[in-house]
Amino acid sequence: MHTDRLRPVLLPVAAVAVAVAIGAAIVLAAGASPVAAATAIWVAAFSGTDAIAATLEKATPLLFAGLAVIVGVRAGLFNIGAQGQLLVGAITSAYAGYRLAGLPPAVHLPLCLAIGILSGALPALLAGVLRATRGVHEVIVTIMLNTILVNLTDWLAGGPWMEQGQPVSRTPAIAGSARMARVAGLPVGFLLAVAMAFVVWFVLDRTTFGFRLATVGANRNAAHYAGISVAGATVAAMTLSGALAGLGGAVESLGIVGRFEPGFNAGLGFDGITIALLARVSPRAVIPAAVLIGALRASSTQLQARARLAPEIVDVVLAIALLLVAAPLILRWLLRLRPGSCRTEVQLTRGWGA
Amino acid sequence: MKRSWTGRPVPPNGLVAGSLLAAAFVAYGIWGFRATAVLGFAVRSSTPLALAAMCGILCERTGVINIGIEGQMLLGAFAGFFGAAAFGVVAGVAAAVVLGALVGAFLALCAVTWRVDQIIAGAVINIAAAGFTSFLYRPGRVIGSLPTWRIPLLGDLPLLGPVLFRAQPLTYLTFVVVIGLQVALFRTPWGRRTTAVGEHPGAADTVGIDVARYRYGNVVAGGALAGLAGALLSVEITGSFDRGMTAGRGFLALAIVIMGRWRPALAWAAALFFGVLSGLVNQLNFDRVFDVPPQFVAMLPYATTIVVLAIFSTRVRPPAAAGRPYP
Repeated sequence: MHTDRLRPVLLPVAAVAVAVAIGAAIVLAAGASPVAAATAIWVAAFSGTDAIAATLEKATPLLFAGLAVIVGVRAGLFNIGAQGQLLVGAITSAYAGYRLAGLPPAVHLPLCLAIGILSGALPALLAGVLRATRGVHEVIVTIMLNTILVNLTDWLAGGPWMEQGQPVSRTPAIAGSARMARVAGLPVGFLLAVAMAFVVWFVLDRTTFGFRLATVGANRNAAHYAGISVAGATVAAMTLSGALAGLGGAVESLGIVGRFEPGFNAGLGFDGITIALLARVSPRAVIPAAVLIGALRASSTQLQARARLAPEIVDVVLAIALLLVAAPLILRWLLRLRPGSCRTEVQLTRGWGA
Repeated sequence: MKRSWTGRPVPPNGLVAGSLLAAAFVAYGIWGFRATAVLGFAVRSSTPLALAAMCGILCERTGVINIGIEGQMLLGAFAGFFGAAAFGVVAGVAAAVVLGALVGAFLALCAVTWRVDQIIAGAVINIAAAGFTSFLYRPGRVIGSLPTWRIPLLGDLPLLGPVLFRAQPLTYLTFVVVIGLQVALFRTPWGRRTTAVGEHPGAADTVGIDVARYRYGNVVAGGALAGLAGALLSVEITGSFDRGMTAGRGFLALAIVIMGRWRPALAWAAALFFGVLSGLVNQLNFDRVFDVPPQFVAMLPYATTIVVLAIFSTRVRPPAAAGRPYP
């Protein structure tokens, strides 16, 4: 095996390994057993078809969130709002799912998915337009939109769209005609997510449109002089990014939860960033990265039951992994690698201005 | 009349402050205790935001974007509360400041030495802070919130007394920090150098300013302020700690920095504006003038931010080198 071919995989794998090792040390310091924690994760995530299906279900919104972040990053934009866009896609598709009951499945399900996509794209479109026309940084706008959309969906699920006669705030169950079932034990939503990863890969890496986005991301001025509309690429990338997040939310509602419940998947936007960077901003590599993080996320109850650990240890490990992929310098120093290997510093920040 | 860098005439600060004060007294004359309640709420709810915004100003003025303020505040709130519960209030606040400064040092290490993308470094801080504080959180401890200090004479003034001079200790400290920073930034060599490092690090380097030292110093000091802002939330205001209790205030502070045009006093005014807005809606809700669901009250400052930025963004100019590693 040539080391050259291994290099792209080396950095993320090493980052995750080092992060897990540090996590184990933290678990030890907290007075719990790392072995028990590892067993808990294994049992919860991979033992048996049900566990694997649960892992893939957890991985599904993460996969969409990772893809959403990647589309933005290619065009030099940072969509931190995947969480809000996902939530709004989840609630509108759930609403269409119970409100439009009676439609034939061949119409109802695609309609619900389309509504989820559109409502996820809308807030991202706003962020893209503000960035392109007014120069407002998309990080600020998407963070603000996150809080707005979390509150909006909370209100909808506990107010006008709430299930009557229930003590908890959630929407009524989605009609059978809009539900996505499991096929051969695999959640259809996950299969859709994998298919989307390939679609996004094709669009970004094999089409003129993708090339335009990448040119804008690499150098705005060069793109402008080459006749590419920077504003157009900015708006298109943000909208597409939001559409992917919205689709992720719709899949979560229609395929996994079966309704909308507030408070699911807090912090998803940040997980999307971790996944996108672990995947080195490559759409197809998002699949294993999302499954890995999905496995960690799926194990939270088992971590508590078997290892008596607060499941937030997963966040700590993920933060370390994110830092290590973002700062390859640390890894190179830790693992005594030759200079030149692990060389992909991601640079997104362009300051607050245009 | 003074002119801003865009060439627009700028009214003198005294005139602006004076007319706002007059407006407040007119409101007090019409609505009485309701105006006091709204303005008191505005001051209380704006102090953590103002302190956090000072962190943002310190960092961005030297060219480092800090989106980890939220995480620094959360860690400060955590350290402040559990420090206060175990060793007393002073130790708690000190722990919050020290932890915030340490996280600031980490951000500076990432941004200056390791040249990590600054937004990613900030995201790391936010994720790790949320993870650590939840992981280590143990419920059940209670401390009282801090006492109110009434300043003699000033505390007896109508309107201004209850709003500004019957406050808790860290609120007074915030006043001092904001005013001190305003003076330091625009009236001292340190302030000029800080601005130079953020605008044109190359030029600053040429005249002998140590860019890395200034960035480290300011980001660490900023982290200390963000930690203090967290302690203000947990130790002073609520006397308790909850998972994720900062609730997006660190992010709001970023927007306040922009609205305050990277100036401490103006940023404080922006924070007060949010406070007045929320206080007004709360009061009108309380008086049953209208019935706005709490979620809409919560999203009000964030929605306002987007509108304000959309209108004014083309007229503000961030420090030119913000977000860029040097050399």
